[in-house]
Amino acid sequence: MKSIVKTLAFALVIGAAGAGIAAAEQVKVGFAAEPYPPFTSPDANGNWVGWEVDFKDAICKEAKLDCVVVPVAWDGIIPALTSKKIDMIIGSLSITAERKQTIDFSDKYFNTLPSVIGPKDQQFGPDAEGLKGKIIGVQMATIHQVYAQKYFAPAGAEVKAYQTQDEANQDLAAGRIDAVQADTIALKAFVDSEAGSCCDVKGQVAPDDEVLGPGAGVGLRQGDTELKDKINAAIKAIRANGVYDEFSKKYFDFDVFGG
Amino acid sequence: MFNLNLLALEAPGWGGALLSGFASSLQLAVGGYCLGLILGVGGACGKLYGGPILRDLMEVYTTLIRAVPELVLILLLYYAGTDAVNQVLALFNAGPIDINGLVAGIFVIGVVQGAYSTEVLRGAIKAVPPGQIEAARAYGMSPFKVMRRVTLPAMLPHAIPGLANLWLIATKDTALLAVVGFSELTLVTRQAAGATKAYMMFFLAAGVLYLMLTLVSNVIIGIIEKRARRGMPGAV
Amino acid sequence: MSHEITVPDHILPKGRSLFEPHRLFLMAVFAVIVFCIVWFLRWDWVPKYTGQLAAGIGQSLILLFTTSAVGFLLALVLGLVQVTGPKPLKWLANGFCTIIRGTPLLLQLWLLYYGLGSVFAQFPEIRSSFLWPYLRQAWPYGFLALTISFAAYEGEVMRGAFAGVPKGELEAGRAFGMGRFTLFRRIWLPRAINRALPTLTGETVLQLKATPLVATITVVDVYNVISRVRQDTYLTYEPLLLLALIYLILTGILIVGFRFLENLVPTRGA
Repeated sequence: MKSIVKTLAFALVIGAAGAGIAAAEQVKVGFAAEPYPPFTSPDANGNWVGWEVDFKDAICKEAKLDCVVVPVAWDGIIPALTSKKIDMIIGSLSITAERKQTIDFSDKYFNTLPSVIGPKDQQFGPDAEGLKGKIIGVQMATIHQVYAQKYFAPAGAEVKAYQTQDEANQDLAAGRIDAVQADTIALKAFVDSEAGSCCDVKGQVAPDDEVLGPGAGVGLRQGDTELKDKINAAIKAIRANGVYDEFSKKYFDFDVFGG
Repeated sequence: MFNLNLLALEAPGWGGALLSGFASSLQLAVGGYCLGLILGVGGACGKLYGGPILRDLMEVYTTLIRAVPELVLILLLYYAGTDAVNQVLALFNAGPIDINGLVAGIFVIGVVQGAYSTEVLRGAIKAVPPGQIEAARAYGMSPFKVMRRVTLPAMLPHAIPGLANLWLIATKDTALLAVVGFSELTLVTRQAAGATKAYMMFFLAAGVLYLMLTLVSNVIIGIIEKRARRGMPGAV
Repeated sequence: MSHEITVPDHILPKGRSLFEPHRLFLMAVFAVIVFCIVWFLRWDWVPKYTGQLAAGIGQSLILLFTTSAVGFLLALVLGLVQVTGPKPLKWLANGFCTIIRGTPLLLQLWLLYYGLGSVFAQFPEIRSSFLWPYLRQAWPYGFLALTISFAAYEGEVMRGAFAGVPKGELEAGRAFGMGRFTLFRRIWLPRAINRALPTLTGETVLQLKATPLVATITVVDVYNVISRVRQDTYLTYEPLLLLALIYLILTGILIVGFRFLENLVPTRGA
């Protein structure tokens, strides 16, 4: 009994000390804990693969940072950043004025407009009129939720917010909802896959710079200017020396950086 | 309908990922349960032997934790709790400590379990015949020695049903950490199901794993209870 | 010699009043903490969301009471079957309770919603059936999962309650010539429910604490509303503290309400 208590106490102390000692210079990169192909998705080995994973590897190598991936639930990813659980967010996080009140962003590293997808046998446009009376699914805590609430909900559509994009896609395939709005690239990957064979792209939504922002950037804490400068320099560098195009070619046949 | 190849242990099967998520869940459950026991012993002693302020504080602690849903507590402790710890440390000019997901999860589950085990242990300690404790004190044992040699061993048979229940609750509460993105079994199952679209199969597989844990736990608890209750009148 | 016994004052136990000095001190500390929380943290978002919060609380309470009621009825069946029923039914009920109590509620919820959802994707013919409007929405799945969970846990309690009714009372009923159903209706069921009633308060509180999980399958209860607040405002503490306060108040109301109900039914005290 004595030795058990001693071992437990010892283990606790070691555990607490181990938790306290962080590796020097480690930068914790926050990914959304859910699969979001083709940007980030976990494979069966527990490794993360995808375009944004390659992007993270490229800028970490360029900026000489020791990056370690920390998956966080998407709807808590910004609080995780502000409470220092992670040091940066790479997760197709759109730069918006609303978010800029709480966190800071690097320069944008890609941009696409959102699209709306729906069942193949239904024809409607990606606007308030086409979505009237329909149920549209979005991922919560995204610009798509804000956009749908702003334009589609007042026109009579019902907006259902899911914890992950994947669940929204799944419910569309199951027929529970009539449409999904999300990033064009992610949705295209879905409809091209076998699971999304039910549906096709209805079109891109009308632009709204205030809600949609100029593109996705790396999320950083306000005041973390040193890291921000490093990341911006790295982004510029990989755009200039062709590394960006090299890994983008593996996934996309168009320029994902956007205008 | 079920493509069992997806459950294979090697990639591209997700069986290995599920099992490592299960190992994470186990680590969480064991760590949280042990922390909860330690907090529970402290809380029970505080409630029974402490001064009036300590007693009231313990009462507030147990009432709060038992009245608020675990999901809300987990969110509060995971985000706000770790932030508060860092801010308190900042007050003392100690650097922010890096609390990784597992430690935060164990902290969360431990605090929640601590409130429940305080009540269980308090009831069990009260069931110890007071004469034994008085005799120990008469021998001149220090309070800590009394606790260690007389109270804790004697209250164990009374505490085991409650503590067993708490262990089962701990194993199932680990699933709630999926909502904060910690890679335990339920989240890994959702990831696997999302990547392969075989939702039914993966959730059933995870259910089987949890069920096996429960059944094995029940067997072990039965053995422990039989040994702890040896010599005592059996259940009528 | 007077038979009056007088006890000196300092030996009699002091009644513990609410306003003993240390209680006053703690209440003052608590008041200071509450004041700091209200003063220093941002609460300007609350007026904007009161409507949604009220709707969310209503949805939580509706789910709580309906699942508890239906779950209790199901628990009666499960408990009874495990005490009387033919062996296969007994094993079925026992197995059902073990499986439901052995797996987390969150997993059961996701299995029902997303697992069945994937089945719907494979069989589009289901969409034309009459059940489709219900299968489409999220709350039936939340309702089903919570009801099954409550029934499984309560089933164990009811099993103990049914088995614990004194055999003598049942035999007396048979001696009076009561049929099996009359016996059940007049003696067994009321006595079993009477034994189980004290635990009902605790079980309903536990059910209240299980309801937030339905927010993960898009049912809009108060937890879902607070999640929306958290994303719109990016605040860490305030929404969660408000949510904890709401649940504290709801739990308090539940406990007081049940105590009131218990006092309505006169019981023989010791």
